[in-house]
Amino acid sequence: MLMILEPIMRVIEVPMKFLQTALRLKNPAWLFLFPNLVLFGLFAFLPILVNVAYALTGSDGILLSDRPYVGMQNFTDLMACESYLDPNSCKDDLFWRAVWNTVWFTTLQVGLMVGFALITALILNRDIRARGFFRAVFFFPVLLSPVVVALIWKWILQREGILNAWLDGLGLETFNWLLDRDWAFGWSVFLSIWAHMGFYTLILLAGLQAIPRDVYEAAMMDRASPWRAFRRITLPLLMPTMLVVLVLATIKGVQTFEEVYAFTGGGPGSATTLIIQYVYETGFAGAPRLFGPAAAASLLLAFVLVVLTVIQLWLNRKNVDG
Amino acid sequence: MAKVMSFLTRTRGNGKLHWTDWLTYGYLLLGVLLMFLPVIWLGLSSFKTDAELERFPPRILPMAQETVEVEGYDDPLPLYQITGGDYAGRTLAQIRRIGLNAQMVDPTNPTERLNVNIDDRQAVEHFALATENYSELFARFNFLKFFWNSVFITSVATIIMLTVNAMAAFALSKYQFKGRMVVLGLVIGTLMIPQTVVLVPLFLITKELNMADSLWGVIIPGAATPTGVFLLRQYMLTIPDEILDAARMDKASEWKIFWRIIVPLSAPAIAVLAILAIMWRWNDFLWPLIVLTSTDNFTLQLALNSFQGELNTQWSNLLAMTMLVLLPIACVFVFLQKYIATGIASTGGK
Repeated sequence: MLMILEPIMRVIEVPMKFLQTALRLKNPAWLFLFPNLVLFGLFAFLPILVNVAYALTGSDGILLSDRPYVGMQNFTDLMACESYLDPNSCKDDLFWRAVWNTVWFTTLQVGLMVGFALITALILNRDIRARGFFRAVFFFPVLLSPVVVALIWKWILQREGILNAWLDGLGLETFNWLLDRDWAFGWSVFLSIWAHMGFYTLILLAGLQAIPRDVYEAAMMDRASPWRAFRRITLPLLMPTMLVVLVLATIKGVQTFEEVYAFTGGGPGSATTLIIQYVYETGFAGAPRLFGPAAAASLLLAFVLVVLTVIQLWLNRKNVDG
Repeated sequence: MAKVMSFLTRTRGNGKLHWTDWLTYGYLLLGVLLMFLPVIWLGLSSFKTDAELERFPPRILPMAQETVEVEGYDDPLPLYQITGGDYAGRTLAQIRRIGLNAQMVDPTNPTERLNVNIDDRQAVEHFALATENYSELFARFNFLKFFWNSVFITSVATIIMLTVNAMAAFALSKYQFKGRMVVLGLVIGTLMIPQTVVLVPLFLITKELNMADSLWGVIIPGAATPTGVFLLRQYMLTIPDEILDAARMDKASEWKIFWRIIVPLSAPAIAVLAILAIMWRWNDFLWPLIVLTSTDNFTLQLALNSFQGELNTQWSNLLAMTMLVLLPIACVFVFLQKYIATGIASTGGK
């Protein structure tokens, strides 16, 4: 693997050596940091500033010089609602539909997924045969690309697909799953759980395996029932890992886009349009390209994410200390 | 210890399975079915002909009707087993169908024409893979181009990312300098800015750098990852400084120290990061979707998505293409799943 890089490294060595001697650097740390910092600066920090600039300007121009300053207009437009609970009463009804879809989606997806991941991790932590194999099985879909995941399930759920054939064979009613608002939403949640559960199972399993065995030994000495051992030992000791998993899953959940977009395209109607899709469609897919509202919406999302990330880092720190 | 294990698992000694064990294996079996069957079903379907794909209810295995060359006819004729009427029990080839009757011929006696009611015949079928679903991808669609784009982006991006991140990790783990904590803080800061929330300005910057609608526009913006820097830095911290000092005595340049000592010693961490990077890039969808606009520059993921969006979804080719996109990752998984699992668990995802 490293052999591939050999010629590249030899090429870089020349300027690096030159710079080190020319600048008389005893400590060339900045030389090594430089490419990374340039990339971070250009593609992580600068965008945040530019994002604010976009959110505060209007028109469909892409260059900032073409965009007149409009103040908080983009935000007030997004927020112009008679009732936040009813997207129809909002000026930008698609935004609020996307917001509520995302809220519901994340709640359902995270709740169910972490629940099943916990059950799966507990089962994988038992003294079972072929644990490595089963662990791999649950992890497998994590590696699939979102488009592939979407197509696999689209093929199963299509009008004349195997699921309908099966229901038909049992004498049950068949559905056009993805043309029904509620079913499309439900299947999107399912698909997302299917694709990501293995990842959280893995983290929870690691948490379970970190619980020292002698605690259980002591519980056994005291003749504690297995259920009691689970409630009094496993659950409390797994709690920090659980919290991290919950926050991490929520951070990823609100950013869901790819698999649902490839699966339903946001439809039928806007039944499965999530917030990132709103940003994508407003800013990039539609004409005119409305960068202002898209940037304003991403800033609102960024705010939610920063809060969640701070919670996560804080939990992680407690984890490390304790 | 054995006692503890049996207590934990509630397997009640003497080799008998407790009801909780039945429940456990039942759950695991269900898991295997739910995780693998959809993919296997996709694989089987990708080898079916269009006619077979439209069949409802679908059959499990891809089947095709047997044909036979009959003297006096240019094309091979489809074979049928006759189940009723005057010719019951014989195997005949069908020439054409006229209303409710089929004109048939016995392959061993091609001169005689026989009329059979269409309800009295049953197609003779055998297991057959419709490999044309795959070969058409190369002939009729620009599959190789998409494949090349994906391979190019994945490999170049991985190499750049490994180099840049390893350099930064080296600086942050092996040098004491003013501002080290600031840089570390900045790196943590970028963790909080996922690509999804800076799509609009990221696109503008990429466009300004003349990288819109080019493969480089996909490669460069994602080259520095906080995850990568962290993973490598944590690993490099465990390398003793004495080795570096010894090399400096021998007047090795700092770059040589990095490349000849640090990188080889961090190979396990670099390998994990490489696998993750390959996976991320191969599966990447949202950013390429925004940057790449002309079909010629599409990656496999984009091609697959636009292909399914077309009005008449041609499932036969689409399924075959999905399989080809899935296969490289499935192979990587089979050989490297242990490393991927530990890698993902230690970095907490992306």
